[in-house]
Amino acid sequence: MDLSNYADPATAREKILARIPMRRLREKVIETLLFLSALSSVGITVGIVGILLYESFVFFKQVSLIDFLTDTQWTVLFADPHYGIMPLVTGTVVTSAVALLVALPLGTVIAIYLSEYASTKVREIIKPALEMLSAVPTVVFGYFALLSVTPLLQRFLPNLPGFNMLAAGIVIGIMIIPYVSSLSEDAMKAVPVHIREGSYAMGATRLQTALRVLLPSALSGIASAYVLGFSRAVGETMVVAIAAGQQPNLTLNPMEPAATITAYIVQVSLGDLPHGSVAYQSIFAAGLTLMLMTLVFNIAGYLLRKKFREIY
Amino acid sequence: MAGARSNLATGARRKFYDAAFAIMGLLATFIGLITLSALIIDLASDGGSRLSWQFVSSFPSRFPQQAGILSAWVGTTLVMLVTALTAVPLGVAAGVYLEEYAPKNWLTALIEINIANLAGVPSIVYGLMALGLFVYQLGLGHSVLTAGLTLALLILPIVIVATRESVRAVPGSMREAAYALGATKWQTVKDHVLPYSTGGILTGVIIALSRAIGETAPLITIGALTFIAFLPDSPVKAEFPFVSFDWLMSPFTVMPIQMFNWVSRPQEEFHLNAAAAGLTLILMTLAMNGLAIYLRYRFRKRIRW
Repeated sequence: MDLSNYADPATAREKILARIPMRRLREKVIETLLFLSALSSVGITVGIVGILLYESFVFFKQVSLIDFLTDTQWTVLFADPHYGIMPLVTGTVVTSAVALLVALPLGTVIAIYLSEYASTKVREIIKPALEMLSAVPTVVFGYFALLSVTPLLQRFLPNLPGFNMLAAGIVIGIMIIPYVSSLSEDAMKAVPVHIREGSYAMGATRLQTALRVLLPSALSGIASAYVLGFSRAVGETMVVAIAAGQQPNLTLNPMEPAATITAYIVQVSLGDLPHGSVAYQSIFAAGLTLMLMTLVFNIAGYLLRKKFREIY
Repeated sequence: MAGARSNLATGARRKFYDAAFAIMGLLATFIGLITLSALIIDLASDGGSRLSWQFVSSFPSRFPQQAGILSAWVGTTLVMLVTALTAVPLGVAAGVYLEEYAPKNWLTALIEINIANLAGVPSIVYGLMALGLFVYQLGLGHSVLTAGLTLALLILPIVIVATRESVRAVPGSMREAAYALGATKWQTVKDHVLPYSTGGILTGVIIALSRAIGETAPLITIGALTFIAFLPDSPVKAEFPFVSFDWLMSPFTVMPIQMFNWVSRPQEEFHLNAAAAGLTLILMTLAMNGLAIYLRYRFRKRIRW
């Protein structure tokens, strides 16, 4: 900075004062820009909900909502199209159920182990290693489910077809373990130490403390971990698109192949569908169904959290 | 006497359960870790032999032996460039606003709840939104630009959360010292808060980008091609004005889509290509995550308040 301009105190004062309005303006402009950036995240939600509702609205002008909910076939791309979402919903529910049966028990046990049993050193190694699981691209998990897990399962279940929901669900389950374990662990860690000490003082073992004191106290946090795990499982796309088959199939048997909502969206997107056709709009209706499913679970999780929240 | 003995017996049983659970916990973690190693070993043994210079420098082909990932990795690089250039400024600005500027009112609460909820939205739904909005309403087409913007929106919440956490970690005394010297709010943020939180933000950005690199579903939804035998127009030109933005509107494919294409084919040889592509992809994401962990460690060590 050239200080000679400020040699005379009077002019220096004037010059500095003259800069204040500019400075105020600049501050205001910057604050507005930052605010708009933050607001843009709300814009994403508005965009998602808006597009899904708009395209689904066009879809439901041509397909009745009753057919959509009650028809048992989803054959949008056939000459005789049926628009019953149920086969896709059962596919999604079955793969997610298998995934959660794997991820929730394992994730919870890991969380209790890391939070109550493991030494700091062990935890420092295991935690990042487990989180690597969620860093692996899902398409790689799909490859693994189709070409490694299915052949392995076929050794015990010889009738298992090459595409099946079981292998896809198991792999998704392992994939979402870190989401469940790390949030549950945080919740258990947040339970104050004196509650633990109270339990130990009564002569309880670590396991009894974990199961009878910590789990109930941390239930609201664990519930959010479960809900996030569910959202991940329901929204998972590549594993099911690769390993579970792409044929809509109204069944609750995980040993069968079936398309999920997400797999259907991928299948349609890979083809060259004209913009504005019913099949094009059907993927938005499917997407809206997916969003509503996760929304229902998020609300359930929220109510659960509210009911069981412990305040210390 | 009998009561005391049965107490001792339950005591022993409780200890046994306690120890058994410790082993179970260890086993459960190993299931996760063994799967991860099995996955990597599997890819390496299947695809390792296909990894070569020829594989990296060839276009996809009908003949599995000649096929390569050239268009895929170039596409991934260009898409990531757009993603980073969009998500980082936007996410950092939003994070700084929420942490340093935002008043406590309903609007701020709304923005915060919204960011938390966006993390639970399935990635394919972002793809549907981009298909309706970017591809058709805004007419950006099935282009590198659309893909980059889609992934930018997808990772925006991660960047915002990382920025907030590292900005929050800067002690208030730093800000007070700057204000005491007459700095304005923005000067304080720009010259003091941001430089100290760069490490944390960088770590978050790298983790976010490593997630974006592996994303497949939203890009398939917006109409990425699965077989592409040409490269987008080069961004750097020999003649004036030396840069070109034609590549932004070019059709594209990316690494995970190339892998998906190969794994969906029935022929065994293409599965080997898929494994090689997957191996490259997994090495890229693991390297990025490793870099992020290292950076976090470095910055944590260097800054002492």
